[in-house]
Amino acid sequence: MTFINYASREINCKIVYYGPGLGGKTTNLQYVYDKTAPSAKGKMISLATETDRTLFFDFLPLELGSVRGFKTRFHLYTVPGQVFYDASRKLILKGVDGIIFVADSQVERMDANIESVSNLEQNLKLQGYDLMKIPYTLQLNKRDLPNVASVDDMKRELMRKGEPVLEAVASTGIGVFDTLKAVAKQVLIELKKG
Amino acid sequence: MTTSDMIMYEEEYQRIKTIITKLRTESNAKLVFLVDKNGQQIAAQGDLENLDATSLASLTAGNVAATDGLAKLIGEKEFSILFHEGERDNIHISIVAQRVILVVIFDNRSSLGLVRLRVKKASSELTDVFERVVKKINHERESGRLDVESPFAEITDDDIDNLFTN
Ligand SMILES: Nc1nc2c(ncn2[C@@H]2O[C@H](COP(=O)(O)OP(=O)(O)OP(=O)(O)O)[C@@H](O)[C@H]2O)c(=O)[nH]1
Ligand SMILES: [Mg+2]
Repeated sequence: MTFINYASREINCKIVYYGPGLGGKTTNLQYVYDKTAPSAKGKMISLATETDRTLFFDFLPLELGSVRGFKTRFHLYTVPGQVFYDASRKLILKGVDGIIFVADSQVERMDANIESVSNLEQNLKLQGYDLMKIPYTLQLNKRDLPNVASVDDMKRELMRKGEPVLEAVASTGIGVFDTLKAVAKQVLIELKKG
Repeated sequence: MTTSDMIMYEEEYQRIKTIITKLRTESNAKLVFLVDKNGQQIAAQGDLENLDATSLASLTAGNVAATDGLAKLIGEKEFSILFHEGERDNIHISIVAQRVILVVIFDNRSSLGLVRLRVKKASSELTDVFERVVKKINHERESGRLDVESPFAEITDDDIDNLFTN
């Protein structure tokens, strides 16, 4: 749900990182946080377990500058990927404007990726959204590991529409901003449509 | 744009600010804060200096969302009020017009009873305003005026790229 405030000339958009547990969603957010100038970001909030697994969400507000005189803010959220946190995932999806699916490229995580995309589709539907229509980007993360599935195989299994697909190594930052940009662009294009 | 998009216009914004300013004064609160259910701050009044408003907004919305989830689980429609009591400060959270969260932070210069009373009055005033906003959005959407007025209709690829170059 984009929030356009004509009074304060601000526009706020919500972007959610989705995907299987340990896929690297929080790592994406952490990298964005680390590499963004202090003036352009707020505090990063992580509601996590003692072992650093996301429990409810991570949150990072970004202020990217102005478009047509409107201050443009992106609120980035991650969901908890572990299967049993489904109720929390549904809550985080409320009011979403764009989604980044962070897939784990390791061969043994392929089933978890497939499961999670289908879980995303279902949960979106429950909130009245359609994955086919919402701004969406697929990130193939952990490309640095030795046991990764081929990009073609992953595309075949995970792509849902003509979404942008980006390879990434979130732990070193490769592809992190490109992924965010790919989805942010779609969100702003939606706004343009009105 | 989806039907749930929130748009705030100058006139209603000023009205909201007046209402929460009055609420803060009359309840002796430190801070009054309005957030939409998705965690986006709408307006704030009071001592914001030592407070991270964006974090407050996001955590409040998360808190309300989790509590709503709990309510549904046990067959309640919603828990309309949340109250957290601290050693020094207390936080009173309530829902206005089903979609907006009203947060009041107060210390021992006020009391729960007083806050409750004032929140009730302010809530009904705020409900009027938000209903007006929704009507306005719907009206403009139907008459097609919204598109014309949108500052984003003319957005270019360059505008978008520029956001990411700094
Ligand atoms: N080798 C490698 N490790 C990564 C990469 N991205 C993340 N990791 C590591 O994977 C582990 C899990 O990353 P998180 O970001 O916590 O995963 P998550 O998706 O947030 O997991 P949940 O919170 O459980 O849903 C961490 O130890 C990261 O350092 C990557 O691109 N390559
Ligand atoms: Mg995480």
